[in-house]
Amino acid sequence: MKRTGEKIIEVALSTSGLITILTSVGIIWVLVSESFSFFQVVSVWDFLTDTQWTPLFTQKHYGILPLLSGTFLVTAIAILTALPIGISIAVYLSEYAPKSFRKSIKPALEILAAVPTVVYGFFALTVVTPFLQSFIPDLGSFNALSAGIVMGIMIIPMISSLSEDALYALPKSLREASYGMGATRFQTAFKVAVPAASSGIIVSIILAIARAIGETMIVAIAAGQQPNLTADPREAVMTITAYIVQVSLGDVQHGSIEYKTIFAAGITLFVLTFVLNNISFWIKKKYQEKYE
Amino acid sequence: MNNTLKNRLIDSGFKYFAIFCTFFGLIVLAIFIIQILIEGVGRIDWGFLTSLPSRRASKAGILTAWTGTAWILGLTALISIPLGVAAGIYLEEYGKKNRLASIIEVNIANLAGVPSIIYGLLGLEIFVRTLNFGGSLLAGAFTLALLILPIIIVATREALKAVPKSLREASFGMGATKWQTIWYQTLPAASGGILTGIILALSRAVGETAPLIVIGALAYVPFVARTPMDEFTVLPMQIFNWVSRPQHGFIVNAAAAIIILLLITFVMNGIAIYLRNKWQKKVNW
Amino acid sequence: MKHIETKNVNAYYGENHVLKDISLTMKANTVTAFIGPSGCGKSTFLRCLNRMNDYIEGFRKEGDIFIEGEDIYDKKVRVEELRQKVGMVFQKPNPFPKTIFENVAYGLKIQGVKNKKILEEAVEKSLMKSALWAEVKDQLHKSALSLSGGQQQRLCIARTLAVEPTTILMDEPASALDPISTAKIEELISELKENYTIVIVTHNMQQAARVSDKTAFFYMGELIEYGKTKDLFTHPKHERTENYITGRFG
Repeated sequence: MKRTGEKIIEVALSTSGLITILTSVGIIWVLVSESFSFFQVVSVWDFLTDTQWTPLFTQKHYGILPLLSGTFLVTAIAILTALPIGISIAVYLSEYAPKSFRKSIKPALEILAAVPTVVYGFFALTVVTPFLQSFIPDLGSFNALSAGIVMGIMIIPMISSLSEDALYALPKSLREASYGMGATRFQTAFKVAVPAASSGIIVSIILAIARAIGETMIVAIAAGQQPNLTADPREAVMTITAYIVQVSLGDVQHGSIEYKTIFAAGITLFVLTFVLNNISFWIKKKYQEKYE
Repeated sequence: MNNTLKNRLIDSGFKYFAIFCTFFGLIVLAIFIIQILIEGVGRIDWGFLTSLPSRRASKAGILTAWTGTAWILGLTALISIPLGVAAGIYLEEYGKKNRLASIIEVNIANLAGVPSIIYGLLGLEIFVRTLNFGGSLLAGAFTLALLILPIIIVATREALKAVPKSLREASFGMGATKWQTIWYQTLPAASGGILTGIILALSRAVGETAPLIVIGALAYVPFVARTPMDEFTVLPMQIFNWVSRPQHGFIVNAAAAIIILLLITFVMNGIAIYLRNKWQKKVNW
Repeated sequence: MKHIETKNVNAYYGENHVLKDISLTMKANTVTAFIGPSGCGKSTFLRCLNRMNDYIEGFRKEGDIFIEGEDIYDKKVRVEELRQKVGMVFQKPNPFPKTIFENVAYGLKIQGVKNKKILEEAVEKSLMKSALWAEVKDQLHKSALSLSGGQQQRLCIARTLAVEPTTILMDEPASALDPISTAKIEELISELKENYTIVIVTHNMQQAARVSDKTAFFYMGELIEYGKTKDLFTHPKHERTENYITGRFG
């Protein structure tokens, strides 16, 4: 009697675990099936090479490039903002700061990641853009720059926290060897510690990129709604995520080609983040416990 | 040969730069919040909290938005907590080194990296269309529950892992079954850590906007939801809608609503951190 | 000629008084061994000699330490320059995860030496001195982590020699090595003595007896006895020293 009860419980618990697999299967099924019928109308070649994205206009073009370039532009700005700051924080906390400071500042930095993204969007639009306009006069009220910078601030803790973990995990003896030869902390940090922890730091950067690519609300609010094939950060751009939001807000007929575009855009986004995440898992696994 | 001096200058220069960096994000956030308070705090009054949305900025309130957020919070918790904790228990206590468990594990790591808007597309097809929930609270709650499931599972596992083996062995030693040991010993001992993870996950759900936009949550809902099948809006949706309007009055409304949203987020995070510290002290047996 | 001189050195980790009034002198081109049970302060004292304790939170030192006549804790002294003069070899081999060449060239590079020729010469010279050249000369650009433990430790010695110190501090340099590697390190120490002043911390009394000219016995933060190695091991003056070297505790 006791045995059967135990078995039933185990099955129930594993079923809950299976829900997560169903979720993945569901995501892939939904994206693949809807975009499959999209690609019966639009050729994959056009999708990947056409330089215009105008599914909601009369003159329809289905080139993903403008959305990709918008996504990459904002992501690049975000990483350029977050990377130097995040790495500096990580190095400072692991190589310079007193332990007590490190312990109290790390959770404080996590606050940056806890603020809802819609709030960051508001900041980008109403605070950062007007501020930037005061010295970049031809900056539009919607632009890639301000959205990217604010997104960068949001992902600082991702980079700083994971990189710091990687640096902190290095054996003390490595640092002592360097100090013992007369190196400063700066030299020890950047010539020994950062290279030795590079796999962990790279993982943190890749995860931050994946996060930035998938971020929606900041760009939907502050970066604009124009699919623009440009590298100029002052211009308005549309990211993949912002496009999905735009279509979802309007009333597009279910089953129409416009409706299916969001799944084609979605599968592109999914593939990008999936690849990045798995590269990071691979690096993590390959270099794990090098110093054990 | 005064390289030493140069090296020392670089060293202390970097140190001050890095200290600046450490506080940079927090200072910027503080500036933002002060701006928001200046802009929005005067707008918050009883009327703002108890009014329905309106085309006129000065008359519009957040009643539907915060009740929607409360509904979503409750429903998402009901769905995600049992599933997440159960899956966490399975992986940590039963699934060691079995094939299914390792597949689930890799899968969870991948799910955690899927952008939230993709969950919106999943919810749109499965809950809104296939299961015919429409743009209802239930569809929203299921979507968000799937989104935060990986967080709860991981937190549950971490908390269970922190419970010393001796506790389990003591229970087994007295003839308890595996489930009795988990239910009466391991789970209570890990409850602080699990609760922390649940609260953090729910606070994430409260702040989410993108997946709800995709499943068709509305910005303009002129009534308070009464059943889980009603259409709804939530605070972030309402903020997004107001931010997108050109009139300054709505920006003020957005700022006021943000104050309420941040208050909820920070209180939830604060409780989580408090619980974590309390539990961590206790777990050092 | 007094090469190292310490006067009434006291040290604390927070509340813990770990070194009590240590005064001793060491001559140039000699090997001095510090022995004593673990926690006796011998490593802490060694690390005071090139200020490796500076970054440890809660560490405090009183008293003076002179090396080549210079007060090394004086405000004017730059700790980086001190450590170039007073090198250190650690308990566990700790090569950087870089190539063999980069490991040895590291110390010069951080001093700003960029000339490839100078670096190459210095690397060769240092590897010769540490008796590793013959074994690694064809694989200078392979990772240092591919070497065996004993080779790694000799690499760490070469790395220290490359910056041309006058003094080398060794913190149980052979404790993580097998007997053959240990013998090689000991042989190396005797050779290096001609050009360098060496201070070695060891828990192995035979080793102290084999390699050192003078030995200092530490116990509970105090310097119990200090004298010629031969005398200390054959006729210890203090009962505690005798108990320790005859293996009655420790």
